[in-house]
Amino acid sequence: MAEPLPANDLVAGPPLRPVASPLPLTESFATRLTLILIASTFLVVFLILPLVVVFAEAFRQGVMTYLAALTEPAALAAIRLTVITALIVVPLNAMFGLAAAWAITKFEFPAKNLLITLIDLPFSVSPVIGGMVFVLLFGLQGLFGPWLGAHGVSIVFAVPGIIIATLFVTLPFVARELIPLMQKQGTEQEEAALILGAGGWQTLLRVTLPNIKWGLLYGILLCNGRAIGEFGAVSVVSGHIIGLTNTMPLHVEVLYNDYAFASAFAVASLLTLMALATLALKTWLEWRASPHASRARP
Amino acid sequence: MVAVHSLRRRSVIPGFGLTLGITLSYLGLIVIIPLCVLFLEASDAGLAKFWTEVTAPRTLAAFRVSFGTAAFAAFINAVFGLIVAWVLVRYDFPGRRLVDSLIDLPFALPTSVAGISLASLYAVNGWLGGPLTAAGIKVAFTPLGILVALVFVGLPFVVRTIEPVLLDFDRELEESAAMLGASRGSILLRVVFPPILPALMTGFTLAFARAIGEYGSVIFIAGNVPRYSEIVPLLIVIKLEQFDYAGATVVASLMLMVSFVLLLAINLLQAWTRRRQGG
Repeated sequence: MAEPLPANDLVAGPPLRPVASPLPLTESFATRLTLILIASTFLVVFLILPLVVVFAEAFRQGVMTYLAALTEPAALAAIRLTVITALIVVPLNAMFGLAAAWAITKFEFPAKNLLITLIDLPFSVSPVIGGMVFVLLFGLQGLFGPWLGAHGVSIVFAVPGIIIATLFVTLPFVARELIPLMQKQGTEQEEAALILGAGGWQTLLRVTLPNIKWGLLYGILLCNGRAIGEFGAVSVVSGHIIGLTNTMPLHVEVLYNDYAFASAFAVASLLTLMALATLALKTWLEWRASPHASRARP
Repeated sequence: MVAVHSLRRRSVIPGFGLTLGITLSYLGLIVIIPLCVLFLEASDAGLAKFWTEVTAPRTLAAFRVSFGTAAFAAFINAVFGLIVAWVLVRYDFPGRRLVDSLIDLPFALPTSVAGISLASLYAVNGWLGGPLTAAGIKVAFTPLGILVALVFVGLPFVVRTIEPVLLDFDRELEESAAMLGASRGSILLRVVFPPILPALMTGFTLAFARAIGEYGSVIFIAGNVPRYSEIVPLLIVIKLEQFDYAGATVVASLMLMVSFVLLLAINLLQAWTRRRQGG
């Protein structure tokens, strides 16, 4: 373990910084500098360089190639499918998250912790398995495959499969933001509103929602980011049919495997911008939701 | 309005039946039933088939590669994540806030983007691959490449589990230890480190669990040579593509059981962390 060496200012005489107390309450200047250098080298190699290389590769063959890669029909179809998927998945999982958080935090019932664990389950399952279970259910050789085939419905290797797989992978996001938040807020405000004569929906809209709006937005933001970027689960159910079942992350893969590196990185750069925007909004929401979070103690 | 059927305790708050109904049916349809079907299909395969699949050299090798690289990556993340979290919480330097918000990049970046970006970074003519190849180290298309990708995806877990514990840490404890004559090194080792340990182990397990299931960021850099640099999730995908559903379900159900054990471990570790923080 990289434990800093003792810097015994107490015995060693004058501290390195005149403002520091003579007690060893922080590491020596040299140790601090070393740790900062180690941390920044690690982050540059594993975070910054992978980020920069996306844009460098995307613009390697000039702006025209970049724009052409983003406006070709296959890319536009991928962008459209990704947007449609997110537009369907995010509201559904947001409603699920709200319902689950309401049931779990406003009432007492047995096996509640088990339910919370089950809601978190998609996070612990490999995305590949998340996609595969729907192939087992709806694929041609799957449980409902023959029945679906006879009725002319295709789910796997079609858009519905992509949507269901994305629903699976992003299911926990909103619920897991709202449950701890609503647990902390308790039920007094809702009870007061109801006793004063407000209806159930009115209480939800005018008492609960204003209290949880930042947490809800936070969950929706993370859910949206993952819904747009999901690769493993979607890859298994999609079939990679260009123009039909290719989402943006899959399109990146197809282009890369065809050695169309500049185009692959052009589409990847759009996804990277989405990721950076998500991070920026997330930081803003964290600051907005609890400006003094680290100081406030109940 | 929906009638309140109180399952346990009476409450003035409405919507218990409605919200619990939505929760259970949605969760059942999208997560529980599909996962049960996986186990059902795996048990359909029979014990003999299960055993031949699991002990096939290619499967065993994939599990070895997946577990080995995931554990090593989680260890690297534990060491460097601890340093990064410490630097971000305790020291002040220009750009600290920016770096702190960038830590979550691996969560936000689609895995296929991370995959092609790392593959081009470590390619023979890449920014890092070039100098490394000159030094005789081959990263792309080797298990080392898998390791690099798994370090990337696991990076936020350790940092994000340790940061709140460090922020909450009562610095008066450090002051008391210093007053009593402890050196900085012994304060770090005996006062600061023990309360961080549960969080560090939680972060390690989270990074490990994520790394085992990771697919997108690995497949581009791994080279995917069977019995050398092929990970378990890829093996499942290959079996599915060859319509070997029985083989795929057997391998997947084994993976799933590993995930459940890890989930249990994470829950226990988190309970331990909370107890440490609370007490």
